[in-house]
Amino acid sequence: MTGAYVLLEDGVRFDGEACGAPGPAIGEVVFTTGMSGYQESVTDPSFHAQLLTFTAPMVGNYGASDAAMESAWAHARGAIMREAVNAADAPSAELGWLDWLRERGVPGITGVDTRALVRHIRDAGSMLGGIFPAAVEEEEARRLIAAEPPMTGRDLAREVTPAAPKVYAGDGSGPRIVALDTGIKASIIRNFTGRGATLELLPCTTSAEEVLARGADGIFLVPGPGDPAAMGYLVDTVRALIGRTPVFGICLGHQILSQAVGLETFKLPFGHRGGNHPVKDVRTGRIAITSQNHGFAVRGEAGVPLETDFGEAMLTHVNLYDGTIEGIRLLEVPAGCVQYHPEAGPGPHDSLGLFDEFIEEIEAASPHA
Amino acid sequence: MPRRDDLSKILVLGSGPIVIGQAAEFDYSGAQACKVLLEEGYDVVLQNSNPATIMTDPEFATATYVEPLLPEVVARVIERERPDALLPTLGGQTALNLAKALYEDGTLARFGVELIGATYEAICRAEDREAFDATMRAAGLRTARNTIATDLSQARVALEAFGLPLIVRPAFTLGGRGGGIARTEEEFQQVVARGLAASPIGQVLIDESVLGWGEFELEVMRDGADNVVVVCSIENVDPMGVHTGDSVTVAPQMSLTDRQYQKLRDQAIAVIRAVGVETGGSNVQFAVNPATDEIVVIEMNPRVSRSSALASKATGFPIAKIAARLAVGYRLDEIPNDITKRTPASFEPAIDYVVVKWPRFAFEKFPGVDDRLSTHMKSVGEVMAIGRTFKQAFAKAMRSRELDAPPALGGDLLARLEVPAADRFDVLLEAFRRGASEADVRARTSIDPWFLRELRELAVDPEAAERGVRTYRAVDTCAAEFEAETPYYYSALERPPARHEIVRGDRPSVMILGSGPNRIGQGIEFDYCCVHAAMTVREADRDAVMVNCNPETVSTDYDTSDRLYFEPLTLDDVLAIVEVERPEGVIVQFGGQTPLKLAAGLAQPGVPLLGTSPEAIDLAEDRGRFGALLDGLALKAPPYATAHGAAAALAAAPGVGFPLLVRPSYVLGGRAMELVYSTDALADYLARTGANGGREIFLDRFLENAIEVDVDAICDGEDVWIGGIMQHVEEAGIHSGDSACVLPPHSLGGEMLREIRAATRAIALELGVVGLLNVQYGVLGDDLYVIEANPRASRTVPFVSKATGLPLAKLACRVMLGEKLEAMDLPDDPCGDHVSVKEAVLPFDRFAGTDALLGPEMRSTGEVMGVAPDFPAAFAKAQAAAGARLPQGGTAFLSVTDSDKPAVVGVAVQLHDLGFRIVATRGTAAAISRMGIPAERLNKLGEGSPHVVDEIERGGVELVINTPTGTAARADGYEIRRAAIARGVPCITTIAGGMAAARAIAAARQGTWEVRSLQEIHGTSGTAAVPG
Repeated sequence: MTGAYVLLEDGVRFDGEACGAPGPAIGEVVFTTGMSGYQESVTDPSFHAQLLTFTAPMVGNYGASDAAMESAWAHARGAIMREAVNAADAPSAELGWLDWLRERGVPGITGVDTRALVRHIRDAGSMLGGIFPAAVEEEEARRLIAAEPPMTGRDLAREVTPAAPKVYAGDGSGPRIVALDTGIKASIIRNFTGRGATLELLPCTTSAEEVLARGADGIFLVPGPGDPAAMGYLVDTVRALIGRTPVFGICLGHQILSQAVGLETFKLPFGHRGGNHPVKDVRTGRIAITSQNHGFAVRGEAGVPLETDFGEAMLTHVNLYDGTIEGIRLLEVPAGCVQYHPEAGPGPHDSLGLFDEFIEEIEAASPHA
Repeated sequence: MPRRDDLSKILVLGSGPIVIGQAAEFDYSGAQACKVLLEEGYDVVLQNSNPATIMTDPEFATATYVEPLLPEVVARVIERERPDALLPTLGGQTALNLAKALYEDGTLARFGVELIGATYEAICRAEDREAFDATMRAAGLRTARNTIATDLSQARVALEAFGLPLIVRPAFTLGGRGGGIARTEEEFQQVVARGLAASPIGQVLIDESVLGWGEFELEVMRDGADNVVVVCSIENVDPMGVHTGDSVTVAPQMSLTDRQYQKLRDQAIAVIRAVGVETGGSNVQFAVNPATDEIVVIEMNPRVSRSSALASKATGFPIAKIAARLAVGYRLDEIPNDITKRTPASFEPAIDYVVVKWPRFAFEKFPGVDDRLSTHMKSVGEVMAIGRTFKQAFAKAMRSRELDAPPALGGDLLARLEVPAADRFDVLLEAFRRGASEADVRARTSIDPWFLRELRELAVDPEAAERGVRTYRAVDTCAAEFEAETPYYYSALERPPARHEIVRGDRPSVMILGSGPNRIGQGIEFDYCCVHAAMTVREADRDAVMVNCNPETVSTDYDTSDRLYFEPLTLDDVLAIVEVERPEGVIVQFGGQTPLKLAAGLAQPGVPLLGTSPEAIDLAEDRGRFGALLDGLALKAPPYATAHGAAAALAAAPGVGFPLLVRPSYVLGGRAMELVYSTDALADYLARTGANGGREIFLDRFLENAIEVDVDAICDGEDVWIGGIMQHVEEAGIHSGDSACVLPPHSLGGEMLREIRAATRAIALELGVVGLLNVQYGVLGDDLYVIEANPRASRTVPFVSKATGLPLAKLACRVMLGEKLEAMDLPDDPCGDHVSVKEAVLPFDRFAGTDALLGPEMRSTGEVMGVAPDFPAAFAKAQAAAGARLPQGGTAFLSVTDSDKPAVVGVAVQLHDLGFRIVATRGTAAAISRMGIPAERLNKLGEGSPHVVDEIERGGVELVINTPTGTAARADGYEIRRAAIARGVPCITTIAGGMAAARAIAAARQGTWEVRSLQEIHGTSGTAAVPG
């Protein structure tokens, strides 16, 4: 194996061995504490332009397979691992994990003291960095990192949104849901179509008029990468859609909806990424263990009433780790959203019921034929 | 839902003696629960018959009953204490079964005691196989196709329907006791018969085979608001077919995809909901066929378990502690995560390391037993190792095992792998080293390819796994996402600059070396002492630093010390910790042989050892030097010789005189020790044990019919304090760990006791002991013989502490830290006016094929204690607590060796007077009849049916007194004892034990047992303090 290293924006360096596609790779260095689902994570568009550090000690155990794809592409720009495994002997494996990374053009680094790296990010905050072959001089590496724009203020949805609309039909028993695709995941598509709904994905730059012209029974706001504050056009579109049909948003969709009703978003120090955060539904007291993947959050506090441009809103879900907002419902219009990922993929299935609730809400609003 | 204020007094049941399948993990969980309930302001009533537990320390409960764990005795405690609730989910299967019995007999309803943690219905749904299957089906989950049988003909239906192999498990037993795999029709009949006998309700479950599938366990917790979290996933490296307690296991699971894992998680949650465990932890076991994605629910335990203790240690999530809080009304989100302090317990730990658990076996103790691994648990202990990668953890677990001898790696290795045995992974690695392919091994073991690849890489390039700098990392429940406050560390090998995560203040530290995996001869007693050392060190304003690798124990609870290093107890690993800790001193005296063996290696580079010097330890261990020391003190010792090699031993034997005890040097728990009566027997022993070359062999004259005495004392170098003098019930020659003993001595005169005290003092001072000293004596007539002296914590320290109310280990630790005995104001004779009896608990019922005979080789796994105003009552309690409840009447079978014939008459007279019908073999019957006691003759085995074994098997015998016949012709006795154990008939193998039993039966006749708490006995009742 040839040497490689991770260099962070602040000059801290971690050595390891190169694996996957040849480097370098530059991006925001983040970490996920999820213990399974590495391929799902790397193909999740929300990791677009990020270097993903796995805290899981061994990554690649069961190889790679088409079934684990959350999108058509590898979106993470690089994978930082303590110990990467490249084998295809698991029954579901079609390719070894590192072979897959190579095929998908994703540089990786293994043998890294990921725990030390994570502790550094935890204390200093997420920052830009890169994975570099040992042959690349640190000075050159620093230059490459400096050339990468910061995550704050960055609209990455445009980079992952499809060029043309795409329809995923259910069995016809459910409603027609239209989504502005800022980085859809296969798990979300499956959750809608599996419930009979038809999901139409539109480029995220589609105007509100065009969206309405599609005859949507409900509007879904999709997760995705980047800073929601930099997506004013999308916020405007959504603002025009609120109140027309039921709206449900996940992750970036939650942030966009919140902005559209006049709430603010901010960047978390090192984000929430993993599959173990407890989220409480304050209406029922029930706690769900959730899949999380976000670097930004909506400003607000549990117990403080939320006043929005569309009337009163209720904070429905709260993160029990740090008290951040995990879900909001508008009380005067049919719209709600969650910050975490009920679709899982990867992660726990505790919140799959939210898809049922959305479809029920749509059906209550406009009984489907 | 905050704390329940409608409860004020809660009864907690412990799990009793350490047995295979139910070990120290329940002291860990029970102690945590008691601590939490006291902290919450409840009065805690604790009942546990095991004196060697931390939980039975008086400060862990408001009232502590060291009484037999039998329904009627628990009922007495309930009647006396009137608790509002009973928490039965932290004391293993024993506590759960008791709760069930007390519910069914109406005791709980009569006294208005509420079951908390798990309801009666939930217990039944989880434990009754039929109910469990129905519950799973209703929840849409699959269980293995199975049937329930209450007799052999019902069982045959399954055989026809499912085909072989089949898995047979008895209902309501712990660790699958009495179950097994049937691969042939003959095996099927045997296993079914054994299972039916082992099940308290005479029921076995016969399962369709999922042999070779992957085995997974999930630890689930649920609160009263129906919030559920999965604390940990555990994957068995051994596939289905080897009991999980005997399997090498890994956390987190390694081989499942996210989808497969989430499916398991969903099902585990569905199981705990369907069974209806309202609050607390449960363990759900699955078989998974990764090729087809099929999942089968194997079983669930509606309580904390061995696996949950492992999961707690593996993740830092204290399952028992949280379960106790949930049981009194809290919700998961109302309980803080101890480790981060800032986040709640309603989460699932993320871990950034790999944990490997490895079982520890003791087959060498039980010659003749079937040492193949199956669904019937056989291991006696376990180790856990944490590493940053699977290979690091696996290699660390292997060196944590502390095997007495390296496994033999000869023969056709691949053929050996076809039947799983204790050494299977040593064999597997060697096979890889010799070039076997993963496919070769897979074909024979069904081990998942993921593990096989890792193991092959480890075998062929062991250095690769060990590359890097040793750095101490924290176990923090969250993969470093949050700052951790609890200093629980393991060593990781990392690329430089690997920085330690150790957080420490300015206080000096004292390091306590634990005792490693539980094994026969070194069990929970030593962990008890180590925990007391940690408490004392903390009280002395120093940081207590614990080093141990046993996940079952209280010592490896991160709460016990200021810093816990979960590491192997090898010299290299310990020196590395010394390097970073720079302790003021290291304590090697409390963890048994494991740390003691390191003493010289630690002293050599100048590591400061507290207490007795390695030099003094060596003086006590070296037969020649110790003999000279005794000579100098004018103390007698039995004649002995030390020989190098077999020929020398045979030459030396006549000089020592027969009978003699023979053993190799430096042994633990009398390992490989035997009693021989003749030169031929000695030659046979030497040949069998492979005594060769320069290996030292000890020969000791055996004091036949002597009374054995154990003394625990503390010496500060100037003064000696005698903590307790114990008289063994069995004669000398039975290993002290297996012998029942009495405190205070029941038949030694004042003069002899004075002599024993004086001798102990003299030995302690002459050796230069600073700390604990245990001396074993033999009393033959008026003569006192010193058998051996051990300047370290002994197995009896916890028993003496419970019997006297004085914490010997703590006092000794204070002495080691520099205090003087004189300043401690200790009573001269701390016995009080009660009698305490310790009885050993033996695993013969688990090891079909071994002789259930006591001897110089220790074989017990655990102990119980009976306390009463007099010896017979205390003995009766101890017997009952040990599971050998003495009958009140019926038929007693007596068969003794010639030398015991005069004495057996006395026993027969007493039994006759108590109304027993006496049956005996010819010689014994004749001896008894001669004294005018009616004794019916029963055939020996060779004399044709109906013979004694038939009678026992038919249930016609309630009590067996059978002493071994010395040398040969052991076959009869062996069959008798085997049959008795299989039927659960008390089987006494010494005449002294028989006497004690007769007196105990008489005592028990006088009415129901009085129960008293330790706090009352020692006059310390009042409110318990929350232990530190």
